[in-house]
Amino acid sequence: MSAADLAPATRTEVETRRLRVALAGVPNCGKTALFNALTGSRQKVANYAGVTVERKEGAAIAPDGARLAILDLPGTYSLRARSPDEVVTRDAVLGQLAGETPPDVIVCVADATSLRVALRLVLELKATGRPLVLALNMIDIAARQGLDIDVEGLSRDLGAPIISTVATRRRGIDVLIAAVQAAARTASTPSNWHEPSSGEIRALHREAERLIKAHVKPPKRPDTWTGRLDSVLLHPVAGLLVLFVLMFFMFQAVFFCAKPLNDVMTDGFNWLALGVGHVLPDGLIKSFICDGLIAGVGSVIVFLPQILVLFLFIILLEDVGYMARAAFLMDKIMGGAGLHGRAFIPLLSSHACAIPGIMATRVIDQKRDRLTTILVAPLTTCSARIPVYTLIISAFVPNHQLFGWVSEQGLVMLGLYSLGITSALAVAFVIRKVFWRGASEPFLMELPAYKMPDPLNVARLVWQRGEIFLRRAGTIILSMMMLVWALSQVPLAPPGAKDPAIDYSFAGIIGHALQPLLAPIGFSWQMSVALIPGMAAREVAVGALGTVYAVSGGGDNTAALATTLASHWSLASALAFLAWYVFAPQCASTLGVVKRETNSWKWPAILFLYMTALAYIAAFITYRVALALGAG
Amino acid sequence: MRRLSDFDIPGGGDGLADTARLEPLSEARKGFAGVIVQVRTPETAGGLGGAEIERRLLEMGFVEDAPVEIVHEGLFGRDPIAIKLADRTVALRRREACSVMVRAAAAPVR
Repeated sequence: MSAADLAPATRTEVETRRLRVALAGVPNCGKTALFNALTGSRQKVANYAGVTVERKEGAAIAPDGARLAILDLPGTYSLRARSPDEVVTRDAVLGQLAGETPPDVIVCVADATSLRVALRLVLELKATGRPLVLALNMIDIAARQGLDIDVEGLSRDLGAPIISTVATRRRGIDVLIAAVQAAARTASTPSNWHEPSSGEIRALHREAERLIKAHVKPPKRPDTWTGRLDSVLLHPVAGLLVLFVLMFFMFQAVFFCAKPLNDVMTDGFNWLALGVGHVLPDGLIKSFICDGLIAGVGSVIVFLPQILVLFLFIILLEDVGYMARAAFLMDKIMGGAGLHGRAFIPLLSSHACAIPGIMATRVIDQKRDRLTTILVAPLTTCSARIPVYTLIISAFVPNHQLFGWVSEQGLVMLGLYSLGITSALAVAFVIRKVFWRGASEPFLMELPAYKMPDPLNVARLVWQRGEIFLRRAGTIILSMMMLVWALSQVPLAPPGAKDPAIDYSFAGIIGHALQPLLAPIGFSWQMSVALIPGMAAREVAVGALGTVYAVSGGGDNTAALATTLASHWSLASALAFLAWYVFAPQCASTLGVVKRETNSWKWPAILFLYMTALAYIAAFITYRVALALGAG
Repeated sequence: MRRLSDFDIPGGGDGLADTARLEPLSEARKGFAGVIVQVRTPETAGGLGGAEIERRLLEMGFVEDAPVEIVHEGLFGRDPIAIKLADRTVALRRREACSVMVRAAAAPVR
């Protein structure tokens, strides 16, 4: 950042450098859709310096060819910040955010069909003194409802230009950009914003109400679909049923829709390993490439389709407006466990990956509710467990269909998912009852009107999640696979050794050292070895098992690995391994993100200790019970 | 449960009969339609402090004179509730709804 960026923008500076625009708005106003419409694929997802709030920036191109930097701020009802997200929004708008250039223009996005709270936010934003443009989004829906907005009058009264947009159809975008460019030429005035008192909030509301009375005629044909749908979807009994059916289909889809894609990718990786194996001479390099690189990373990346399918569901439900309903339906159940209804969204996201899930806990304002959710989120069945579960299930559970269509393997998977969520709720209950007695965060959430999903928007968000997973798989996991390959190769076995080479390697040494500790829960030394690299990420254990068994004479694909495991492990050991993976903190990234989110090593330490203890107890009980039932 | 006497209800213009029809939103059932008379939380309420809850309710649109209608209730303990609030629908728990004093519309649906 140069000194010029910090100085108040003068006319010439604004014209010569790229305009900086901040998008603000209340939740569900279509802000993200507008951001996508403005920036298309020219966007970058990162974090704000020093905090873990996701930072989305993109470039918009004006009709005259000028480029504008667009910053998508977290949604908020007020500049009165109560959560880390809202702190970012407030500081960015006020130009006080460390490492960020203050915006030249603020674009406040408002849902045209629900203007009251939006106008109050606009009035608050105006107090910051920065040039402001109001984007009246979803104007097509407003028109369909016969909502009559006197845009000119409202703009005059408000003292800010108003542009009508339909973000999902990319309508009004060029006009909006031109309005932003024009607004940038007006000078900022000093901010006189301060945290409003309840009296001042009431006054702002009255002013918003006055503006609406003067310039907006109520809709002639109000949206009745949302009400009609909600009479079923929010029905105390039918609504819960629909939610559970939706969840059931979500899991079935993850396993059935993703399977053909998985098979193609698995075949591809096998073919690649085989091809490379033919070309390269036998030796350390061939072993490294085939057994370490291709077999390891391949067996992780092939699970990308499942992650994409799951995120497709989550993002689709969010886009349609159903997520808030799910939180409503689940609030009492979550509340019974001492969690906030809003914790449902982070916990559901944690089913894909605890990392975004833990980051999504930022929607929970109060620290204790948030910490409880963070502590239990890693217990839910994240997608990184899927490779481990799938491997063990395919090796030990017969591929039968109940009633001709319900997969037995799918049922076991559903059982593991249920165990994950049940234990998360149970632990949350214990935390709330034992450690943090007292009142919790209020549950206050808007139930947005349903809308048709925007396919492009959904596709873009799903792809962004996939990219984040791949980047993780491509960096952490790849380096860990190198490490485990090296650990399992070095030191080399002495000439004439009778045992498998890995027995002499570091992995073997560590595995053997851990084994007495893990013997009571039925783990062999190979399983113990797999747990060590498995700390990098849960799915690494699959690659690690593949490497351990491939090196000691097994196959190099998951099907062959499953066969190998079936012949090496007892059923009791396999079940204990599954139980271990339900609870164990086998993910260094989770511990890292908890450290970042809580800003202290105390919470990841607590997380690690309690999860390891639970995992050991669960695996011990599972192993002993299975042995007693004759599954040894 | 909080009582009506906890509230400092403005008396000006309201006769006794009007005051008697006031109730906390948390007591109302599905189908209730009325108007918000007062939003006020005692300092001791909840874990956040009353002033904070009051400001959040205000920010979500629970302001005096706003029309309200309870459109949905949860399964367990009829909690949480979904409120049709002017041009939006907002969900909240009955615990927070007790800070919102409402008066039933002329012809209650209930």
